[in-house]
Amino acid sequence: MTTPFLDARAQYVLRLADNALVLAQRLCAWIGHAPVMEEDVALANVSLDLLGQARLWLAYAGELEGAGRDEDALAYHRDVREFRNVLLVERPNGDFAATTVRGYLYDLWAHFALSELARSKDDRIAGIAQKALKENAYHLRRSEDWLVRLGDGTQESRERTQRAVNDLWRYTGELFLGDDVDALMQSRGIGFSPEALLDPWLERVRESFSTATLEVPADAWMQRGGKQGVHTEALGYVLAEMQVLPRAMPEATW
Amino acid sequence: MSESWPQWEIFVRSEAGLAHKHVGSLHAADARMALENARDLYTRRNEGVSIWVVESTDVHAIDPSEAEAFFEPSQDKQYRHPTFYHVPDGVKHL
Amino acid sequence: MYTQMSDGIDGNPNAADEREGAFNARLDRAVKIESPDWMPEAYRKTLLRQISQHAHSEIVGMLPEGNWITRAPSLQRKAILLAKVQDEAGHGLYLYSAAETLGTPRDEMVAALHSGKAKYSSIFNYPTLAWADVGAIGWLVDGAAIINQIPITRCSYGPYARAMVRICKEESFHQRQGFDIMWTLAHGTPEQHAMAQDALDRWWWPAVMMFGPPDSESVHNEQSLRWKIKLFTNDELRQKFVDQVVPQSERLGLKIPDPDLRWNEATQHYEIGQVDWDEFYRVIRGDGPCNRERLQARIDAWDEGTWVRDAAAEYARKHAARSVA
Repeated sequence: MTTPFLDARAQYVLRLADNALVLAQRLCAWIGHAPVMEEDVALANVSLDLLGQARLWLAYAGELEGAGRDEDALAYHRDVREFRNVLLVERPNGDFAATTVRGYLYDLWAHFALSELARSKDDRIAGIAQKALKENAYHLRRSEDWLVRLGDGTQESRERTQRAVNDLWRYTGELFLGDDVDALMQSRGIGFSPEALLDPWLERVRESFSTATLEVPADAWMQRGGKQGVHTEALGYVLAEMQVLPRAMPEATW
Repeated sequence: MSESWPQWEIFVRSEAGLAHKHVGSLHAADARMALENARDLYTRRNEGVSIWVVESTDVHAIDPSEAEAFFEPSQDKQYRHPTFYHVPDGVKHL
Repeated sequence: MYTQMSDGIDGNPNAADEREGAFNARLDRAVKIESPDWMPEAYRKTLLRQISQHAHSEIVGMLPEGNWITRAPSLQRKAILLAKVQDEAGHGLYLYSAAETLGTPRDEMVAALHSGKAKYSSIFNYPTLAWADVGAIGWLVDGAAIINQIPITRCSYGPYARAMVRICKEESFHQRQGFDIMWTLAHGTPEQHAMAQDALDRWWWPAVMMFGPPDSESVHNEQSLRWKIKLFTNDELRQKFVDQVVPQSERLGLKIPDPDLRWNEATQHYEIGQVDWDEFYRVIRGDGPCNRERLQARIDAWDEGTWVRDAAAEYARKHAARSVA
């Protein structure tokens, strides 16, 4: 039994799930290849946290959907067009600067988003957000810290980091762009207004970029579409790799 | 090879009421990073409520060749230990 | 810490003998050796080689399993595998930390690994071709590692023993998760069962070889036993492994790929067929299926990380200078 409201709520939670899942999937590819061994451990921690968040969101999205799909059915048996993550998190790892900048821009958004969701009228959403918020505090501290170290490090590190900022900036607009689903969730006290997060987010970005001696890019066209399932080409490869086994042997359990 | 990050000694307090205990070392560019890395490396399984990091070169230790002179003089002063004293039968609360 | 490992001979030619006597007496009394203590140079070198090889094995060992993190077939399996490979990075770091107490910086040990001078466990030079390989590694390779490592928690060198206590405690889930994967596959679809059998076929002999050459050929066994760096011989540990794993394979319904495997009623032990030691030495020498790829992956990580490490060092220097000023 679904209604437009239930559908929208399932979509809403699925977006949160896919953000965490795709970023976790990206980050776990670093393990064994990090710039310093201590960082292998740290990146694994962040990836594990996000994976844990994704599983909680997915389980709830599956319940709201009411079609009997569990976390694995949702993670492994949806195609690119059915994924609802923002474009930013599916962008390739690139070098350590690109991974750091992508992480920072997302972690900071997640900090504001989860703070709002922690007060959601939907208790499940509020509960997951409260748990995720604690993990996010650690992720943000780390990514902001690295952003500053790389930006204010050597000339090479600053150039790499500024390049990553310039490449990724176009994917930040979507974080603050609401649609019907957002509006409905906000009107019911379940979600928040994406637009309202922009100013506090930008203010903090300016502060940390200034500390990191990085430049905030000038206004430019912002890419969009992830929340509606229109992705960059990168996501197809992410999913092909992640989903290969359950797709190859759909009748198997693991 | 580029320059190495300094080595840090890590001390973890496992719960309130216990002292910080040396658990090992790691490498980090500065103290803040050492604390972050220590959190990730040495408290992955809820092992700690507090962490100290000390740059390894700041740890001063006794030269083992002086250990005898350092510690043995206290060995013959048994009267510092309560077991040195005879307590007569029937005497309590001593 | 404690880098003053110099022999410190103070003009007395008998001093070294006296110290060696005191050192041996200490071993006999089972008093641990700690890092600033005097130790024979050969003891130090042997320990350094063993601990750093062990550390390298953990770090290189991340690669074959890491190969499957992005493709783990369920989110729970992915989380477990990620946590396990993360532990391996952690264990490598505990071990480098223990080895550094012997006076050699980690970067020097890593450079020795990258140059091919230092060795690591030959098992990690085999490819992980299927998901079942992750199960086989956990079950067999971690199973073998645990048998190897538990005695080391009682070895004579304090920092190594302490690192190993921590590692053994954390690794207790590694073998079980591997067995759990094998169990699920062995009881799954025929395709999955075949995948599990194939993994056992490929990992069995390399796992048996993990305990090193037979006692009759082992160079380091005797001295290391005397120094209490090793507490059991290679063959003793290997026997223990075989005795544990054979019944487990029967429960799994999988067949150990050894036609000569048999139970000896008199000794109450399993006996295995001839190990192909030529293969063992070939892989150690660098001609295993993945030696080049494994080493290159570590070298690439190091090289591509140079600018990151330099940036953090430069940042720290600038800000230390600023806080002093």
